[in-house]
Amino acid sequence: MIRLEHVTLGYGRRTLVSDACAEIAEGKLVALLGRNGSGKSTLLRATAGLEKPRGGRVLMEGQDLATLRPEERAKLVSFVTTERVRVPDLKCRDVVALGRAPHTDWTGRLRAEDRERVEEALDLLDLTEYAERTMDRMSDGECQRVMIARAFAQDTPAILLDEPTSFLDLPNRYELGVLLRRLAHEKGKCVLFSTHELDIALTLCDAIALIDPPRLHYLPTQEMIASGHIERLFRNDTVTFDPRTLRVVTRLDISQNHQKHTP
Amino acid sequence: MGRNAGLFIGLGAAVVALFAADLLTGDSALGAETVWGVLTGSVTDETTRAIVLSIRMVRVVVAATVGVALAVSGLQMQTVFRNPLADPYLLGVSSGAGLGVAFFILGAPLLGWGAYGAWQSVGLAGAGWIGAAGVLVLVAVLSRRVKNILGVLIMGVMLGYVAGALIQIMQYLNSAEQLKLYFLWSMGSLGHVTAAKLWVMGPVVGAGLVLAVYTIKALNLLLLGENYARTMGLNVRRARTQIFVSTALLTGTVTAFCGPVGFMGLAAPHVARMLFREADHRVLLPGSALLGAAAMLLCDLVAKAWTLPVNCVTALLGIPVIIWVIFKNIRPS
Repeated sequence: MIRLEHVTLGYGRRTLVSDACAEIAEGKLVALLGRNGSGKSTLLRATAGLEKPRGGRVLMEGQDLATLRPEERAKLVSFVTTERVRVPDLKCRDVVALGRAPHTDWTGRLRAEDRERVEEALDLLDLTEYAERTMDRMSDGECQRVMIARAFAQDTPAILLDEPTSFLDLPNRYELGVLLRRLAHEKGKCVLFSTHELDIALTLCDAIALIDPPRLHYLPTQEMIASGHIERLFRNDTVTFDPRTLRVVTRLDISQNHQKHTP
Repeated sequence: MGRNAGLFIGLGAAVVALFAADLLTGDSALGAETVWGVLTGSVTDETTRAIVLSIRMVRVVVAATVGVALAVSGLQMQTVFRNPLADPYLLGVSSGAGLGVAFFILGAPLLGWGAYGAWQSVGLAGAGWIGAAGVLVLVAVLSRRVKNILGVLIMGVMLGYVAGALIQIMQYLNSAEQLKLYFLWSMGSLGHVTAAKLWVMGPVVGAGLVLAVYTIKALNLLLLGENYARTMGLNVRRARTQIFVSTALLTGTVTAFCGPVGFMGLAAPHVARMLFREADHRVLLPGSALLGAAAMLLCDLVAKAWTLPVNCVTALLGIPVIIWVIFKNIRPS
């Protein structure tokens, strides 16, 4: 379980998020939404224990992340960043096996149990046939799956992902969303990911965390749609959010449709 | 038998063969039988024993040590900086050593310190080591405050330039005689290390190697970058410091005793990657070490045959390898 207790984040004088509270139970898929620069990545990094919050604390399975050593923290939470990693000569299976690092000895030698976990992760993400391939010969979607398999092999109760759907085409985005949902619902993980895809977030997730600077709204998906926060935040002169279709529509479309009907 | 095991056996055999060949070559014509006799103790002639043990043997052991140290250090730097062009001198180690040596050869006379003062007892190598360690301590301290590894890289390069500028000032102010001494050091030499010096150089390089082996898991995690390494439980600051200290012990020591030896640390890890087709440092580290030893012994053979400074030989041998690596990497698959 992930618990944010009155978390405040910011850089220098600027406060991004203040007094954020949320509680994500096992088996839940939660999307973190917010406009550009609203602090999604910072909040995720703080939740992963990579950054100390300015105020409040992050509890992972009841333990304050700030008090844990890096190797203890890595047994509780894994993280898929936005970085695209392409190491020549590093095979898929090796990347996934690196996820076992918190569980192996000082040489990083894999025991039978570690190998099993690696194969399980490869299988879960449909990567078994890619296992011997190197990542410099794989597509963005495939690489993203490898990094997620690595996080799964890390065997943590919580998995965080920073914009996992960017760089992916439309079918791949939905496939990834469904996969994250399976990780949460079938494998019992707490999955929290940031995204700009409103439709994926609103159709697949159990709850939504929405940054409305500097507040964080955390509600079950249906309540979040009904609350009107999304409509209010995701609009400008060009677009507006349509809560019936869960899509962002451009005002241009609306006015054109309007013109078609008028004559 | 696995592919890796076969490669290790092949490389090991190459090192042994080159070691023997290097031991058999030299100015004085000593046959294989005489050398073997000295090693087994059947030849007791003092002069012959002295030539083989304290000149030939020491030089060959030094060559192998230099190769191992530079190759391992180069591998560490390429992984830490995630840059295929990184080499052991990236952090300004050689400039630091150069500065130490320049102070010793060029600076001390300017300050009026006599050739037989307390300064003299530190020796050329000692001065070089102090310089290299000084720069590395500076980089290590500063790197704890710099989050981004690229910042550390820029700092290392900048410190290198500062040291270079100070060296140039001293060169400008000095006599031709002292300049030549400094230039000879900067060309690199394996022959100036005596048995007594080897007793210092060997254990220090050994300590660097032990620390390098200890950082293998950290190096593997750093392949995915510092951010990912952190999420997988690596204490990145501590790992960085350990790796920098290891590189200081390896490269700093070698540079202090033998002068800056170029291209070896850059090329050896690339050849290891190409041979083993792996990124795992549990394979690459011993692989690079063996390749470094073999390549350095080969360079020493060539250097002896034409009496060239060893730095020229490593460059002439290393550069084609680097160009080959680049072409191999950019060829469309």
